[in-house]
Amino acid sequence: MTQMSKTTVAWYLLAPMMIIIVGVAGYPLIKTVYFSFTAAHLVSPDTSDQWVGLTNFLKALGNAKFRSSIGNTVYFVVFSVSAEILLGVLVALLLNQEFHGRTLLRALVILPLALPTVVNAMMWRLIYGPDFGALNALLTQVGLLAEYRSWLGDPSSALTMVALADIWKNFPLVALITLAALQTISRDHLEAALLDGANAWQRFWHVVFPAIVAPVSVALVLRTIEAFKVFDIIYVMTRGGPASSTKTVSFHVYQEAFAYMRVGSGASYALIVVLISAALIAVYLKLLQRQGETA
Amino acid sequence: MKLGNKWLAAALGSLVFSGAALGADTQLSALFMAQAAYSEQDIEQMTEAFEAANPGTDVKLEFVPYEALHDKIVLSHNAADGYDVVLFDVIWPAEFARYGLLENVSDKIDSTTKGKILEGAWSTVEYDGQYYGMPWIVDTKYLFYNEAMLKKAGIDSPPATWGELVQQAKTLKEKGVVEYPLVWSWSQSEAVICDYTTLLSAMGGEFLDDKKNPVFHSGGGLKALEYMVDSIKAGLTNPNSREYSEEDVRRTFSSGQAAFALNWTYMYSLANNPEESSVAGQVRIAPALGEADISKASAVNGSMGLGIPVNSKHKDLAWKYIQHLTSMPVQEDFARLSLPVWKASYDNPEIAKGQEELLVAAKVGLAAMYPRPTKASYQEMSAALQLAIQNALLGNQSPEDALREAAETVANLD
Repeated sequence: MTQMSKTTVAWYLLAPMMIIIVGVAGYPLIKTVYFSFTAAHLVSPDTSDQWVGLTNFLKALGNAKFRSSIGNTVYFVVFSVSAEILLGVLVALLLNQEFHGRTLLRALVILPLALPTVVNAMMWRLIYGPDFGALNALLTQVGLLAEYRSWLGDPSSALTMVALADIWKNFPLVALITLAALQTISRDHLEAALLDGANAWQRFWHVVFPAIVAPVSVALVLRTIEAFKVFDIIYVMTRGGPASSTKTVSFHVYQEAFAYMRVGSGASYALIVVLISAALIAVYLKLLQRQGETA
Repeated sequence: MKLGNKWLAAALGSLVFSGAALGADTQLSALFMAQAAYSEQDIEQMTEAFEAANPGTDVKLEFVPYEALHDKIVLSHNAADGYDVVLFDVIWPAEFARYGLLENVSDKIDSTTKGKILEGAWSTVEYDGQYYGMPWIVDTKYLFYNEAMLKKAGIDSPPATWGELVQQAKTLKEKGVVEYPLVWSWSQSEAVICDYTTLLSAMGGEFLDDKKNPVFHSGGGLKALEYMVDSIKAGLTNPNSREYSEEDVRRTFSSGQAAFALNWTYMYSLANNPEESSVAGQVRIAPALGEADISKASAVNGSMGLGIPVNSKHKDLAWKYIQHLTSMPVQEDFARLSLPVWKASYDNPEIAKGQEELLVAAKVGLAAMYPRPTKASYQEMSAALQLAIQNALLGNQSPEDALREAAETVANLD
């Protein structure tokens, strides 16, 4: 038996994972890029090698309905992700305090995260129900609302309400990551700041924030990618309605590729979505990096 | 590298074992929908009888919401373990025939069988003179009304036309019997197209002319949408209808929050069942209405058929299963939620028992069934119409502008 070098062993050990990643993510990605330049059709044979150049992309960008679904998606991403980050960090700060019942509360906060998205969507659909929904009952009983309203049936509120359901489910992820980071901050630093006369905000901005900025930016990127892909919660709650006001880009991609069976065109839509979310993430990271350095 | 080889062998071994099929039963896999018409329980019982009569056969049933049915059928086409039997809607055969998704079963259907089944049912599985399955669910939307509410408002007989319905709804609202007398399934889905088609047929409209050009944006098609919009503006239609599916309509009507509703056959038995409804015993059914000087009744063809995907590996057994499900005795045993496709069943007193009124309505309704367009790009046409109708219902656009825009989109589809 010959002695293998460390590098060789590492490659052998990594090989199974690499094969899986290339097979599950790499191959479909390359295929998607390829399809986006063809007239590929879901069930017609011999269409996947009909080269059409940039036609799919030009059509996609010229499609007013697709552009408005980009608008919907950006709104959804900005609203839900910023609320999730804000709420997540605040909750983590609270859960980092010492108080009675803290362990129980920390466990409870993870619950929404453990819920399957489809179950969460069904649950919120019931809560928002226009006739028997709990939200209407609550708001009318405390006097905030004069009469029951149709939260998901009104184009001006539907997307926001779906985003709120998403926030409820996903802010715990941010809280969890932030809480883990908070626990690494040494007590000495905080006490030193306190002795120097720093107020609560200054302690947060100059001691706590630099320590959590890296983990929070990981959460931010994760949530942005996920929010950009949002599909299942919308499919269950509104199916894109009313009047397409909750139609997001993923919904559009799904419809184009699977309902209308234009795989080539669907692939071009999907790639445009990837490019937009990549650009957004790059901006985020740049901003956070700067913030982390100056804080 | 002995160790490496051993690992590789183990990995390959486990792959081989997990891939090997155990047991000798022939397994059929069938796709159904989990809403309206036959219940899951009905279909399970029908299937158990088939399995008992065909030892060694195991049918795996899958139920999906109607809205997912089309995409499931299309996506399973290239799958290694696709379906052997699928339930499909009347609006899909054009597309499925064009792309060769379903087995052409024309030579399996003899002329005696042809004569015994309702003509409207055949149109469900037929495209261009060829048959792509057996009709199984023959259904249309009926007008349901709450007789007790009408009486309370001093109305002696149900409306005869859509115009009269609006008058009665106004009376019901004015007398405070019910806040929103009408409820519909107008969410952005195929459901709103079914209601729109019913009204379009009543108002004498058409979707496409002889040359397949869209004409729904004028005449009866425009009148139908104006009727819908006006009923919301007048406070007669429950505004939540704009997010309702058929099940929401059933819940609203069954909880006594509406006097009139348009829905499929299945609601008749459920709305009169005290376990499912607080207005059981007050619910009456009639054919959807006509309009003065234009039509006597209206109806949308909402039938569905059973077909065999071309890539099925057990086509003969699949056909046997379809024949079992569509047979007259099986359909007559389960005639509470969905009526048989067989003409003779409608004269069978056993079927009529307890639902005489439904059968009377069915005779008129099924004969008046109006088709949605047979078009390979129907899915896209429907999506454009759904959006237009919702825009008009929400007041974003006038019915005229909304439909004109949809017509422009439809004109550009192949």
